[in-house]
Amino acid sequence: MAQGLAQGLAQGSANASTSNRVTPLAQAKAAVLTVEDLEMRFATGDGGIAALDKVSFGVMPGELLALIGPSGCGKSTLFNIIGGLLSGYRGRVAVDGETVSGPHASIGMVFQEESTFPWRTVIDNVAFPLEVAGMSRRERIAHARRFVSLVGLDGFENSFPSELSGGMRQRVSMARTLASEPKILLMDEPFAALDEQTRLLLGDKVLQIQQQLNQTMLLITHNITEAVQLADRILVMTYRPGRVKRVVDINLPRPRTSEIVSSEAFGRYVAQIWGDLREEASRGLIDDEARALHARGRGE
Amino acid sequence: MSAVTLTARRVLPPLVGFGSFVLILVAVEILIRAGAINRFIVPPPSEVAASFGRVIAEENIWRRFAFTAWECFAAGVLLTVFGVLIGALLHRVRVLRLACETWVAAMASAPLVLLYPLLLVMFGRNALTIIMMAFISGLAPVILKTIEGLSSTRRVLLNVGRSFKLTPSQQFWKILFPSALPAIFVGIRLGLIFALINVVGVEFLINFGGLGQLINELAERYDLPGTYAAICFVVLVSVVFFATTERAERWLRSAG
Repeated sequence: MAQGLAQGLAQGSANASTSNRVTPLAQAKAAVLTVEDLEMRFATGDGGIAALDKVSFGVMPGELLALIGPSGCGKSTLFNIIGGLLSGYRGRVAVDGETVSGPHASIGMVFQEESTFPWRTVIDNVAFPLEVAGMSRRERIAHARRFVSLVGLDGFENSFPSELSGGMRQRVSMARTLASEPKILLMDEPFAALDEQTRLLLGDKVLQIQQQLNQTMLLITHNITEAVQLADRILVMTYRPGRVKRVVDINLPRPRTSEIVSSEAFGRYVAQIWGDLREEASRGLIDDEARALHARGRGE
Repeated sequence: MSAVTLTARRVLPPLVGFGSFVLILVAVEILIRAGAINRFIVPPPSEVAASFGRVIAEENIWRRFAFTAWECFAAGVLLTVFGVLIGALLHRVRVLRLACETWVAAMASAPLVLLYPLLLVMFGRNALTIIMMAFISGLAPVILKTIEGLSSTRRVLLNVGRSFKLTPSQQFWKILFPSALPAIFVGIRLGLIFALINVVGVEFLINFGGLGQLINELAERYDLPGTYAAICFVVLVSVVFFATTERAERWLRSAG
């Protein structure tokens, strides 16, 4: 188990070479979030699918770790397991060394789909976790204002989500999760539905928030540019069953902005990660086609 | 967009609606006067308009209006409380839902008004019979739309609730219920339409109560303009209830 964790915490070389440097176990123990030997199988008519296989990694305090992989690598499964929404797995998820199962106050989730409450205003959406926690209205509104401001939505406190753009709504979701002050912000492709320019600009906002709050974040994504723009480290996942294929340290200067995407170093990281992912994505494509042919053969 | 254009956009739809209504009345008036429509079946709109004063002064219309509105309100409260409760129960207990949903849907299309003699025997010739008839008739759409609203709550919203560790009760009142409210209110409005039809219908049939009884009496006297004027007051009850439910929905949504 410890070996798997140490491998997961392995750091790739700064110049994007293929050699990995293994983090000592002592450092692994300092991780805020630890995932150890996670395995998950889903039952199907054909005998079951292994979604995750011995996935291990740790997220250090204040770090932004990105997990990237092709469709079908178990990204969303991992997101739901860490967030406590999915059970029936093998392995261990721990926050500060304490095993967690089920939703946990230390882990805040930002979902891929639009998840604001349409019947609540921006401020009431952001104040939602505080309301659930029993905070008085005056107190929670004051508290929520801080997070509305943090995501740059000053002046929109009394707007309803239907009056906002997709990017603004995702910022509301992020502010709502941040308002519950989780130790780890877990994000599942939060900008997947947005256009590229908005995504880059919202990336800047995420970087700014992370720096301001020193927030530990785990970003799950399939977008290479987004991962390199935001992350301190990137875990590249294999196609089904999902395993950690490689860990790449992103040694780009901080504080970072979206301007970094035009730099040469950025391009090298993107190329290296695509090199790793290409093979996995191709496997996924071939697998999809084989399944479609199989289904057609059975007359489905 | 200029302020004038915005005002025009807001004012135009009701203006067109009102204008169309007036146009139809003028067309009916012309067709009746030209002899194309029999005036002993449809009275000229001008005569209906002229009869309003008489109906209000001589037929105790406001008391009857209040009586019908009260019966409708009582039926509305009953069908909202029981409809939403039964709908929520059927949504929660899958076996019950699978067992009963078809029956409830069948009930919605059944001619339930034929039950009125049975209710007359049970409750007597009084308001309770009318209220119970209206309640039974309006119940099915509230149940069905409550189930639909609760079932169509987006999975991600429920997951947000789970991620914040909401209790089952919080999950219902803070996410499921407000998310289902628009559908529930569609059900309540449909239920109120059925309820109002049955209130007036049973008042007419058993010659008891408010506007339905008045319509019956005016029709028996062959006072057609007065009958149509009384029907306008039934429409007014409907308008009042629609406006009230819209306000209630807005208030509940903002409190959710």
